[in-house]
Amino acid sequence: MINVKGLKKAFGENVVLCGIDEHIKKGEKVVIIGASGSGKSTFLRCLNLLEQPTAGNIFFEDVDITDPKNDINRLRRKMGMVFQQFNLFPHMTVKENLKLAPVKLKIMTEEEAEEKALALLARVGLPEKADAYPTQLSGGQQQRIAIARALAMNPDVMLFDEPTSALDPEMVGEVLAIMRELADEGMTMVVVTHEMGFAREVATRVLFMDEGVIAEQGTPEEIFDNPQSPRLKAFLGKVL
Amino acid sequence: MNILTFAKWIEEAPNWILALPEGLQRLCFQFFQVFVYENRWKFFTDGLGTTFIVTIGALIIGVIIGMLVAIIRSTHDSARRRPNIILRILNGICKIYVTVLRGTPLMVQLLIMGFVVMVPKGNFETVLCAIITLGINSGAYVAEIARSGIMSISAGQMEAGRSLGLNYSQTMAYIIMPQAFKNILPALGNELIALLKETSLVTVIALQDVTKAAQVIVSKSYTATIPYISLAIIYLVLVIILTKLLGILERRLRESDKR
Repeated sequence: MINVKGLKKAFGENVVLCGIDEHIKKGEKVVIIGASGSGKSTFLRCLNLLEQPTAGNIFFEDVDITDPKNDINRLRRKMGMVFQQFNLFPHMTVKENLKLAPVKLKIMTEEEAEEKALALLARVGLPEKADAYPTQLSGGQQQRIAIARALAMNPDVMLFDEPTSALDPEMVGEVLAIMRELADEGMTMVVVTHEMGFAREVATRVLFMDEGVIAEQGTPEEIFDNPQSPRLKAFLGKVL
Repeated sequence: MNILTFAKWIEEAPNWILALPEGLQRLCFQFFQVFVYENRWKFFTDGLGTTFIVTIGALIIGVIIGMLVAIIRSTHDSARRRPNIILRILNGICKIYVTVLRGTPLMVQLLIMGFVVMVPKGNFETVLCAIITLGINSGAYVAEIARSGIMSISAGQMEAGRSLGLNYSQTMAYIIMPQAFKNILPALGNELIALLKETSLVTVIALQDVTKAAQVIVSKSYTATIPYISLAIIYLVLVIILTKLLGILERRLRESDKR
């Protein structure tokens, strides 16, 4: 589904990704772990071109998204993204947040989007918040709405960029529960996270990133129970 | 032209005025001269109409130019890679525009537009000249205000919009600008108030606004106190009303901030 070839990214002199090749298949739940500064967020953000790669190609459903001839806006419709800081639109109600993109991009009529929005709000357990404004919600609730907003576009893959890092500890669980449900339904997911429990439980594959490359990868059992490289051992020693 | 003298006026004055002390009688005479005699109040109302038209016209032009310039400038500044040549040229033009318009006095700009560039003939053309000059001038200030508003919105909002498949202009229009507008409303209101008062300068291109009306009445009545004090009060009342209206609008837009 997503095929990454020779991906490099540098911010000026600062090289963040130094050549990544990776293939993410439909239905996979890929969890990316690594120390901060290892390039995991940058890698994720390159997948929907929020960061422009310095070199390399990324194919999404066999279309090269790094080719300027291909319409990235159209491709992004099929790639949902959830941010660390939620990034809900504060001037709109929750329902309007969900309906904006489907309606403005003429994918759904107003009525269809309304129906979809209410269904998604029920699914993330917040049907009563349809007419609330984002600032009236807790962090956990906001992040659940953000997930619902991404789902409103019926994406083929969901990208999560540290979705629980900005949350109070007691709200982490509710967000992870939604993500777990999503995984169970067969959604293709790429998740950058520090939640090792979630990685172990949900991931079909774990990538360990270090200094701009994928240093080690494997099933959760291989990564957590039988780490090979000293860097991964050191990292796990610190976080577990 | 027959001049109304105090002696002539007091002969025909009603009884309640005759009962007043002389100082108040003279004051009443001045009021009569300035507002009532020969229907002179009409100078004020006609002038006010012109002031309104010029203010509203200049406001519309100023906001349109200002928003455009702000969007071009902030698009240029937020580009991560080297922006393309067209954007760089547009950005250069915008920078020069803001520098020149903020760097020269409005009075001088009016004189240049009125006597060098447009040279309007007739009332309609003069009004148009005033609207365009003030609008272009105000646009430079609105541009900087709007730019600060756009830059006050976190980059995450743009990313969230783009990640949903909206393009740059759609994200600007539906997500960034509505929030930016709310943030800059107080500063924009300030600019509107300044604009309203600055319209008084259009007298230099011989436009009959409310300030000119007061000057005309001074020249007819040979008294300056009442016309100019009245003029000040007229502007003050207008500004107070405007401030109230802006306050109402601001409260409406703050709806989504309720917790």
